[in-house]
Amino acid sequence: MLKCRAAWRRLAPLARASSTLCRQNAKRAVLRNERRPDLNCSQMSTAPSGGGRENTLYVVLVGAACLGGGVYAYRTVLGDKQRYQERISEIASRTRRVEPEQQKVQTQTEPAAATEATKEAISDPPLRIDTPNQPVAPTEEIEPLSNTPEASEPSPAPVLESEVAPVAVDESISEVSVQLQDVPVVESEHSAAVVQETAVEPTPVVPVLPEHAPYLLIGGGTASFAAARSIRARDPRARVLIITDEQDLPYMRPPLSKELWFSDDPAVTETLRFKQWNGKERSIYFQPPSFYVDPVELTKVENGGVAVMTGKKVVHMDVRGNKVRLCDGSEITYDKCLIATGGIPRNMQVIERAGEEVTKRTTLFRKIDDFKSLEKISRTVKSITIIGGGFLGSELACALGRKSADVGLEVMQMFPEKGNMGKVLPEYLSNWTTEKVRREGVQVLTEALVKNVNFKEGKVEIKLKDGRVVKTDHIVAAVGLEPNVDLATSGGLEVDSDFGGYRVNAELQARSNIWVAGDAACFYDIKLGRRRVEHHDHAVVSGRLAGENMTGASKPYWHQSMFWSDLGPDVGYEAIGIVDSSLPTVGVFAKATAKDTPKAATEQSGTGIRSESETEAVAGKMSPTLSTPIPPVAKDDYGKGVIFYLRDNVVVGIILWNVFNRMPIARKIIKDGEQHADLNEVAKLFNIHED
Amino acid sequence: MSYCRQEGKDRIIFVTKEDHEAPSNAELVADDPDDPYEDHGLILPNGDINWNCPCLGGMASGPCGQQFKEAFSCFHYSKEEVKGADCVENFRGMQECMQKYPELYPQEEEAESPPTDSDPAPPSTSEDQLPPDSPSAS
Repeated sequence: MLKCRAAWRRLAPLARASSTLCRQNAKRAVLRNERRPDLNCSQMSTAPSGGGRENTLYVVLVGAACLGGGVYAYRTVLGDKQRYQERISEIASRTRRVEPEQQKVQTQTEPAAATEATKEAISDPPLRIDTPNQPVAPTEEIEPLSNTPEASEPSPAPVLESEVAPVAVDESISEVSVQLQDVPVVESEHSAAVVQETAVEPTPVVPVLPEHAPYLLIGGGTASFAAARSIRARDPRARVLIITDEQDLPYMRPPLSKELWFSDDPAVTETLRFKQWNGKERSIYFQPPSFYVDPVELTKVENGGVAVMTGKKVVHMDVRGNKVRLCDGSEITYDKCLIATGGIPRNMQVIERAGEEVTKRTTLFRKIDDFKSLEKISRTVKSITIIGGGFLGSELACALGRKSADVGLEVMQMFPEKGNMGKVLPEYLSNWTTEKVRREGVQVLTEALVKNVNFKEGKVEIKLKDGRVVKTDHIVAAVGLEPNVDLATSGGLEVDSDFGGYRVNAELQARSNIWVAGDAACFYDIKLGRRRVEHHDHAVVSGRLAGENMTGASKPYWHQSMFWSDLGPDVGYEAIGIVDSSLPTVGVFAKATAKDTPKAATEQSGTGIRSESETEAVAGKMSPTLSTPIPPVAKDDYGKGVIFYLRDNVVVGIILWNVFNRMPIARKIIKDGEQHADLNEVAKLFNIHED
Repeated sequence: MSYCRQEGKDRIIFVTKEDHEAPSNAELVADDPDDPYEDHGLILPNGDINWNCPCLGGMASGPCGQQFKEAFSCFHYSKEEVKGADCVENFRGMQECMQKYPELYPQEEEAESPPTDSDPAPPSTSEDQLPPDSPSAS
């Protein structure tokens, strides 16, 4: 059939050509014949002699054309057939060549002779069996696989057994290669004395990292740790593997911009310990190293545990195969996977374009290393400028401002908004806060848009759009976080275009067996709609929830997370829900007394644990440098109160301003989602005049 | 005397103590105790122990988590007159395990102080304190 078609295709143009040729010839002949009678009517019908000569020529021509065409067609078809045969045989030989190579690479043992039972070219590597009395001779079948004891690798074992009688040759090849991959891992873990084939150099027992993790957590931050803890609590003997590209074990971030700066200990950059609200010291690491299991031991340890692989980045995710690939090429399969990759601090284009002299004097603050380097810099330079007026920028500004008096450091903060936390607090409160930050020793430049940055005469020069020029030694850029969605393409995961981050449902699930938590998760909040939250408590709450859902619960995001910030000893607040300054707000403030400050709150109430009942205790209060009590001011003093953020007359966010230990009430109000006629009545629930 | 001010879309109310003396007439929706979505305290509505309760800190998830769970479960379901009197073996096993990790379970603390108040604590996400601190639910 094909041959006919192929042949016809070759012949067609030729046939067409020859037929047109024929037709043309015929036409010409006819025309000539016709014309001749016209021109020379005296001649009778066909001039036999002339016509005969022409006829023969015509016949010869056509005959030759047909013959030529036929010969050409025959040769082409024959050639095609030959080429086709060659192709098929080449492909066949290629598959045969690839299989043995694959096996060689994966198992790294000498390929033994292949067999008739399987394909002729398959090599069947002898397996290193740990019990010394097991024969290690290369065998024909895949029998050795079924002999290997599989104490700690239960999942490959059943598959291996079933492979003893391979039916489909191709399938068995691929499965064998996979299993053989696992088995050497097991062997080398187990046996000290490994029986080797002669051709392979005897390898010492090298601890091999796990190839399979029932629970795989990508990212080693707060959300990941919270999930690990949740999984371990719910699934007894769970084996959890955390992979992080940082060198540090999981740690909490808030103290890096708050408590650690207030510590008296000169060695704080080494110990990374801080004082909590209750005076007790603790490390920023969630748990000391002894809490974790060595990754190499993870599959063996009796009661399971949490293992952390540091310094490894996951670069590729294969969702269908339930596996990930690391930067070093190794692959790890999983049953359930959590992506908690957090994000990377954003940089400003003007800084990136400004050249190396500027970029090496710029800090993007997020990790422990950034804290260490900034702390060192703050002791050596004369001037630091913080670009950004949000949480991180303002906290760092206050922390550095505190130090400024001691070390003679000039601290400046600049941002495009009208006041600190301009995107969070209503304008009047933002202005008030800015004044407080100025009192901490910070020079605040509001409505400052950076036009360009240069390095001139040993100083970093920042030119603003309105003409102001700032000369400084070092820049800290706190202009937002870019969620890390590197695995979206390879994993086929959806990325949200509005908020960034991986798009997940209300149960934090992206796809089957894949959950996302923390800064990188754009999730659906049943009460407040789709959002992405970059706060510590949210990482804890979402991590815990993801861990619960990975172990079989199907709970949506329900427990509303909160956040808090302290800006010096006078200003501290806790907040919950959607706190966006573009929403209409209603603020209910008490006429303040000197007793109402975070400092006073913690000193007074031994029981009232600020942010302890809400989230983990992080807030550490030190004795303030200001010893004078706050004098009553003539203008409005927003000492303490409650601010409600409304959307369609429903309270979607609440800030507790210098009012502590009331978060459960705030949480309840948001959960209810009711339209309240008089928010003053709702404010009464908070008892703001009490401590 | 309280007064009110409007700044654009933001409303500001200053109130004195007297203004807030009268009890609030704001209505709150009654909580459903059987709500499956809610976080529960230490004890779940069906009587089981909530191992994921933040109040337990890292006790149930650490290296000695299994022993802790066994000991505490035994204590919880114990019907002896002196509650937990039949669980000495479990507690001993837990202590032995904890002694292997002095960094995680400092020995000067009571190694196995299970929370005595079993009423559901308010849902809290207090996370990750060093284990000895945690059992004392706030």
